This record gives sequence, C-alpha cells and structure tokens, in this order.
Amino acid sequence: MNKKKLSDTLNHNISIYNELANWKKYLIISIITLFFLSLYVMSFGLKSFLQQLINGIQLGSIYALIALGYTMVYGIIKLINFAHGDLFMFGAYISCFLGNYLIAQNFRFPFIVVLLVSMIITAILGMIIEKVAYKPLRFKPRLAALITALGVSLFLENFFALSPRDVPFPINKIVFGPAFLPFPALIADQTYNFAGISINNIRILNITVTILLMILLQYIVKKTMVGKAMRAVAFNKDACLMMGINIDKIISITFGIGTSLAAAAGTLFALNYGQLQSPYLGIWPGLKAFIAAVLGGIGNIPGAMVGSYLMGISETFATSINSNFGYGIAFVILIVVLIFKPAGLLGKFTKEKV
Amino acid sequence: MNKKYFFLMIIVCLLFSVSSTFAAEIKIGGVAPLTGHVATFGISTKNAAGMAFDKVNAAGGVNIGGTKYLINYIVEDDQGTPEIAANAFRKLMDQDEVIAIIGSVTSSCTLAGVPIAQDAGIPVITPTSTAEKVTQTGDYIFRACFIDPFQGSVVANFSYNDLNARKGAVIFDNANDYTKGLAEVFKATFENLGGEVVAYESFTEESKTVDFSAQLTNIKAANPDVLFLAGYYNAVSLEAKQARDLGITATFVGADGWDSSELAKLAGEAIDGGYFCNHYSSEDPRPMVQNFVKEYSEKFGQTPDALATLAYDAALILVDSLERAGSTEGAAIRDAIKAFNKEVVSGQITYDENRNPIKSAAIIKVEDGKFVFHKTVNP
Amino acid sequence: MLKKIFLLIKNYYKFIILAIAFYVLIEMLNGTIPVLPRILTRYYMQILMFALINIIMTVSLNLINGFTGQFSIGHAGFMCIGAYTSAYFTTILFKASNMAYFPQLVLFIFSLIMGGLIAALAGYLIGLPTLRLKGDYLAIVTLAFGEVVRSIVRATDEIAVFFENIGLVRFSETISQLSGPRGLSSIPALSKFWFVYVTTILSIIVMRNFIYSTHGRACLSIRENELAAETMGVNTTRYKIISFSMSAFFAGVGGGLFAHVLRFIHPDNFSFIKSIDYLIYLYAGGMGSITGSIIAATGLTVLPEFLRVINFQQWRLVVYPLFLVILMLRKPDGIFGNREFSFLIPKRKEDH
Repeated sequence: MNKKKLSDTLNHNISIYNELANWKKYLIISIITLFFLSLYVMSFGLKSFLQQLINGIQLGSIYALIALGYTMVYGIIKLINFAHGDLFMFGAYISCFLGNYLIAQNFRFPFIVVLLVSMIITAILGMIIEKVAYKPLRFKPRLAALITALGVSLFLENFFALSPRDVPFPINKIVFGPAFLPFPALIADQTYNFAGISINNIRILNITVTILLMILLQYIVKKTMVGKAMRAVAFNKDACLMMGINIDKIISITFGIGTSLAAAAGTLFALNYGQLQSPYLGIWPGLKAFIAAVLGGIGNIPGAMVGSYLMGISETFATSINSNFGYGIAFVILIVVLIFKPAGLLGKFTKEKV
Repeated sequence: MNKKYFFLMIIVCLLFSVSSTFAAEIKIGGVAPLTGHVATFGISTKNAAGMAFDKVNAAGGVNIGGTKYLINYIVEDDQGTPEIAANAFRKLMDQDEVIAIIGSVTSSCTLAGVPIAQDAGIPVITPTSTAEKVTQTGDYIFRACFIDPFQGSVVANFSYNDLNARKGAVIFDNANDYTKGLAEVFKATFENLGGEVVAYESFTEESKTVDFSAQLTNIKAANPDVLFLAGYYNAVSLEAKQARDLGITATFVGADGWDSSELAKLAGEAIDGGYFCNHYSSEDPRPMVQNFVKEYSEKFGQTPDALATLAYDAALILVDSLERAGSTEGAAIRDAIKAFNKEVVSGQITYDENRNPIKSAAIIKVEDGKFVFHKTVNP
Repeated sequence: MLKKIFLLIKNYYKFIILAIAFYVLIEMLNGTIPVLPRILTRYYMQILMFALINIIMTVSLNLINGFTGQFSIGHAGFMCIGAYTSAYFTTILFKASNMAYFPQLVLFIFSLIMGGLIAALAGYLIGLPTLRLKGDYLAIVTLAFGEVVRSIVRATDEIAVFFENIGLVRFSETISQLSGPRGLSSIPALSKFWFVYVTTILSIIVMRNFIYSTHGRACLSIRENELAAETMGVNTTRYKIISFSMSAFFAGVGGGLFAHVLRFIHPDNFSFIKSIDYLIYLYAGGMGSITGSIIAATGLTVLPEFLRVINFQQWRLVVYPLFLVILMLRKPDGIFGNREFSFLIPKRKEDH
C-alpha cells in the first residue's frame, strides 16, 4: 500500500516537473496570443475589443452548457450521444409552449418554473431513450451504440419537424412543425450601457447559470455518493457489478442529469435569441459544443468549460475579421490542439497498458 | 413471418400506386422542400400553387385547344438537397410524365434539376430561385421572382435618395447566393450614387447562425445611416433584435425575404421603422390581391409570405400560358410563357430575353408590426 | 503475361460473370437491348447511378473504418475535393462539352484520376499528423477536416480576390470560376451508366485485392489489436496512412463521378450530413464486409426513393432513422457482420 502511494507521489512530481519543463512552450503560446490580441485592438479599437470579448463569453457559455451534458454522458459510458443536440432542441420547444401557456395565465415568475419543468420533462425523455436505444447495446461493439445515437438524433429532429397538416390525428398533436416560432419573453429584456459597451440582462443570467450549473455538476460528481458511483462505472463496469453498484440506475441518472442540462441550455438559448428556428436547431450548437468538449478533453467537466469559452471567444474574434474564417476557426483550432495535445487541453493522455 | 411482411408491403404499394385517372387530365409537377431544414418555405409554395390549381379545377379546368382539362398537381419533396431534387425532377418527368414543372425553391436545388428538364424539353417556372444562372441553363427555364441586381439597386436608390443616407452598412449570408447577390449589387449601386459603404459584414449559413453580435459590433463601430439586412425574415429578425440591443440606431432596409407576417412577431419592435422592397403590397386595392390574401389566410391560417405569392403567380402564369399555347407540347408552352403579358398578384409581368420577369417593385414600411405601403418603383 | 491474365480471369471468373450478367440484365430492362419492354426509366437509372457511387464511397470508407479500425467521419470532405477537381478539369480548364466522344472519355478518366489523387494527397497530409489520435478524437478531427474543406470551397471568391491582389490574375480567374457559394453548374453529363458501373466494379476489385494482400493483412492486424500488431513488427503508422490515402483516393473518384451525374455541385452537397449517410450505410451493412457495404449502400439509396414512389414521402426522413435504430438493436454488427459473398473471397492457394 505504502509503496503504491510513494510511486503515485513520485509520478505526480514527475508530471509537475514535465509541466515546468514545458513553460517555454506556454510562454511562446501566450506571447503569440497577446500579439494577435494587440493587433486586433490596434485595428478595431479597444471598445470593439471589449464588446467582442463579452459577445464571445456569451457565445461560449451557450456552448458550455451543452458541452457539460455531452462530456458528462461521455465520461461515464464512453458514448458520443449525438442526440444531445436534439434533446437541447426538445427542451427549448417545451419551454416555449409552457412559457406561452404560463404567460397567458398571468403567472408571476414563469422563468424558474419553465426552466425546471422543461429540464424534468427532457430528462424523462432522455432516460427513455437510454432505456430503449442504448441499454441493449451496452456490452455490444461501441460503434453500434454510436450509430444508434445518430439514428435517434435523426429520428428526433425529423419526427418533430413533420408538418402537423400532413400527418394523421394522434401524431399531429405531438409534432412541432418546421415553422419559425417566437419564443415568449419570460424575462423582460434590459440592456445596460457602460461607456458604449452594452450588455443584456439575459446574457448576464446566461453566464451566471452556466457557472452555477458547472459548480453543481462538479459537486455532484466529486462529492456525492451518486457521483462516486458514476466515476466507478466510468472506471470499470464489471467491477461495479461485483461491488453491488446498480449500473443501470447510475447510467440512467447520468443520462437524466445530462439531458436536463441540455434542456436548460435550450431554454437559455431560446430566451437569449427569442426565436425557435426549426426542430433542426440543435444540430450545429450540439456539434460545436461537442467539439468544445473534445477540445477541453472529453469527459472532463472543467475541460468542457475551458474548451467552450476558448471556442466562443475565438469564433467571435475570427468572425469579426471574416465570416468564413470564423466558421472554420473552430475546426482549425481543434485540429491544431489535438495534434499537439492528443487528449485535449485538460484531458489526461493515458498510455495503453498491455 | 418474413413472407407475411413481404406480401403486406406489396399490397401497400399497390394501394398507393393505383391512381385513379380521369379522362381529361393534365399533370403538372411541383418540386419543393417539404421536409428538412427549409421545409417551411417549401410548404408555403406548395400550398399557394395548389390553391391556384384548385381554383382552376373548381371553375371546370383549363381550356387547352377547346377541351377542358383538370389539373393534377403532383408535388415531390427535395429536402432542400440538390441530388434529391434531381431525383424529384426525373421522377416527375419519367414516372408521372408531367407537362410542366413549378420549382424548386432554393437556387441550388433548382440548378440541379433544370438541366434535366431542359434536355427533355419540359418548361420549368421556378417561383423563388434568384440565382442568375438558373435561367441561363436554357430556353425552357423561367422564373417568377426578381433577380438580385434589380432588387439590390432599388434598395440602394431608395436608401440614398429617399432616406438621404450617405453611410450604408450591409450584413449578408455568404453561403447563400440570394443574399450575397443582393449585398454585392447594393454595395456597387450605393457607391456609384456617391454614398459610402462603411461596413460590409457576412456570416455563414443562415440555418446555423443565430449569433450576429460579432458582425454587428463592427457595424456599430462604423456608425452607418442605413443597415441593409439582406436575408430571410428569420435571420432578419435576429439581426434586428441584436442590433438594437447593441445600440445601433441606423434605419433597417431589406428585400423581399422580409415579407412574412412572422417577421413582426419574431422581431417585435426592433424592426419598426424599417423599409423593404417587395413584389406587391397586401394593402393593394386590386381585387386579385385582396382575393388572394383573403383566400390564403382563410385556407391556411396565416397571411401569405413572399414565397407563397410567387408560387401562386407561377401557377397563374403557367395556366394562362397553357390556354394560349393550345397544346401540351413543351415547345408550345415555352413560347406561350415567353409571350406572357398579364396582371398577376405581384403586378403586370412580361419576360425579357433571358426569361426573367420585368415587373415593378413596391417599397413597404413596417409600422407597429404592420406592413404599410410606401411607394412603387418601376424598372 | 498471358498466363497472368489467365490467372486473373481464373481468380475472378465468378465475380466477372456475375457483374456482366447483372449489366446485361440492366441494359435489357433499360431498353438498350430491345428484348423486354422498357421497365427501367431514366429515373430508375439515375437512382441506380447514385447507388453505384454510394457503393464506391461506402466500400472506400470501409477500408479505413472497417478494415483498419480507424474511426473516420469526414468522408464527404474527400468526395468534395474529388468532385471539384474533376469538374475543374472537364468544365473550366478544358471544355469537355465541345469535344468528340473519344477525347472526352480520355479527359474524363484523367480528371477522375486527378480528383482521386488530389483527394489522396489531402488524405495523406491530414493523416500524417492525426492518425496517431485514437478513436473518438480521430473521428472529430476528420469531421473538422470535412468542414474545413467545405469552407475553403465556399471562400473561393475571397481567395480569388487575394490572388488578384498579389498579381496572379490568370490563376485568380480560374479560381473564381469555381464560384464558391453559388455552386458550380453546367458540368457535362459524362457519367454514363456503363462508365459508372465499370468504375464501381474496378474499384471494388482493387479494394478487395488490397484487403486480401499482405498490406491488407497488416491493416486488419491494426484493427484487431494495434499494440500487438506493432509488437509483431507491423509499421502501424505507415499502414494507417496507406489505407487512409487509398480510402481518400476512391472517395475522390466517387466524388468525380457524382459531379458528372448531377451536373451541378455545391459545397453544401458535401456537408457533415453526407459523411453521416456513408457512415450509416457502412454500419448497416456491417463493418469489415464489402458485401454488406454493397447491399446496404444500394438498399438505403433506393429506400427513400421507394418511399417516394409509393407516396409515403413525408415519412421518408422518419422511417429511415427508425429503420436504422431497429436494425442496430437487432443486429449490432450490421446485416452481414464481417461475412462476405463467396465470390468476393479469393481461393486459398493449394499448391503451397
């Protein structure tokens, strides 16, 4: 036992030493970043720079909320849940309908109720999907589950996009239809101006909720019994079975939490932009968030945050220079980062043991 | 077990494929995205064209060379994807043997389909594909909408002369040829008039972009008098809201992509005071316009958007040309469409030598969420 | 030489006979050989051509995903490169539509090979640094690659302006003719059915031979256990790159054929959704089974059009993923798993 501890500390020290040895690399990276930032400030002005920074943080927190759910599900069962973006969409639509209803009833504080109810309903849908589509494949080839996830994702978006006019009775009451929907103003929109830099109260709310949820999630995973069980499941499923951990229950809970985060993200997203485009709206935010999660080191909760903010900010700055550049930058950063750090920014690169 | 399913499948196929044929019937094809990302645009065109043909059928059908024919309007889905659109065009021509096609909605789908129709000699009227290349494919291809150069210059002239703007800004989707074309022409015309385009910002793919704050921050720094929001109403409403949030005070101007009753609902008061160029005004007292608006709203529960209007016009043009052609031959119909000169919902239409319509435009102002007629611009 | 050809025929006779028989059948139904009434209209022929192209794409994806075990999901990116390169040769650089039949054919074959080669080069360049990534990380990088290719094509207008500014006017003109977001139209319809068919058969034969060669065996060993393969002296990086480039080559050829069937290409043709389609064909058929890829690519190309013909069209996009989910739940290894039709497996040499 003692020996193991000793070797652990040694390994730890060695890794710190390695990190220190890399300080030159980090210095060079930060100098380059600073150089580009100052170039930006010089050509666009400081005010624009600060405004864009706020825009970037805002975009990043949307990505972060989706990425948290993604990374959590991946961390526990090693499945890229492609349907996550569609659960995000589902949550947004539920909030829209519920919000319209509550506002019509003159409800006092609709936002909190809408957020919670939408999270619960979406979590139930997520758990059902897990039971029906993923559970039977748990001990089958991992890629089969991935293709199933793709199938579920395509099904959700195409099913809800059916036009109510074209489908028979019971279904036309469920589907959302492909049209654009205005999202109810659950919170009165207010813009604050500081020396020409404007920020919106919804954006502030967005950033706050994201950070709160991240702390909560980190607490659940690291400090509670459920979280301990989750980490155990992630580590070794067979051992868990032997230790009397109910894998099915734990994975179900994981899915529930992950999808409720997606619903929260969907609600905030829709509130922020005031519009639901179509049931396909989850694809691109979902994909970008997934990239952010990979960038930060998938399965790592703070990593998802770091990756999302990095992506949001770099995308905003790049877009303000040229939009094609902005579109591609997320992918370029991803390729570059993964070439130098194959397990993402905060991910641990595990050597394979024979 | 398996055999049972197989027979069931065959029976289902037979049930669906046995189509009752009338003695005097002509088939007209339609291609539109009924599912997929742009389904909402496709469904309006399908509804509007279908309504036009229903009206003709209710009146006894179309009179071709002395016989009355009922119109069978067959709409195929292209999902907004070019290769599926090519399949849809082929299916209409080979399986259903239609005599003319109305479609498709997006330029890329239309461009994938029209070479096939051109080779087979089937006339096509696209309601909404604005790309210039569409009608350059060949002499069987027509359109019902403006091409970008006309609209872009109308908006630029209006901004410079009527709004007295000297500093203009543009935001457009550089992956969409409609908005890209508008933006390029607006910029060129506005600069020719003596104005200055102080910000020329783009984004990539409307269906994927919801956050325009990066571009709008640049525009704010340039402080323009007018901001040209080239795009469809969904993106325009997002842009308008975010622009006002950032404190941009410029007047918004736009093109026919704005035309939808949804615009005011989606954008709220952010869009008030904006002007856009359109095919017609729903306030126009002409009975044809009023009937169309009334019937469409009654039937589908929403006021018609630009796409619906154009599809309705395309159907009217086609029916009238069939009657004048007096034959269901492709070449005869083509010549009849070329000679079209009549009033439809979006005004008097004639075709130029490139098979693009010549028609006047209306400038509409948004006031308290309502579209108010401002003035007419002739080509 | 003669002996070699004889051996080749001997090895493949089942496959070749089958291929010819199928071709003759199609041409009979198609009305080219006037024996039967014409059942296959141009509509069906067009679907068949798309199916054949999808077979090339799926089998080539199988090469890297199924046989080498590297999870790549950016296949549409290579297809895009191939499509644009070959269309560049036949439409912009040389006007194939004004040519006589034979030079046209030669130009087309040349442009397809160029499309394949450029795609393979891109595959090599992207594979070199990234193939050391594992599993999902590699997947996401290949996805990113596909999107980067698409946004480069879309930015051709800006790129043209850039080249014009630095003085390369002639070059800038040809680039702007690719016309980025407006899509490249008026591509000559050079992909005739027989041509697509022969190319597909040849591609299948080449890829099959690769899989059953020593190199292919090395790839298989990487799939089964990379570490063990490396211990046994297989240069894993090299073989990964070989199989990746080869897969990219055939995807490029497939893209070239695609461009000349559709006669219009647009960067949006080659989006992430398209890559996902091929992935679905591959897994539905079964990883590591050429037979599976052929059957699934054909079946799943025809299925949506079948639903259109029986007037079921608004359900198409719902039925398709539902079918996929049920298939995966019932048969997690795909329809064929890793089994093959007997005519696709070479005979063991008895004389050794």
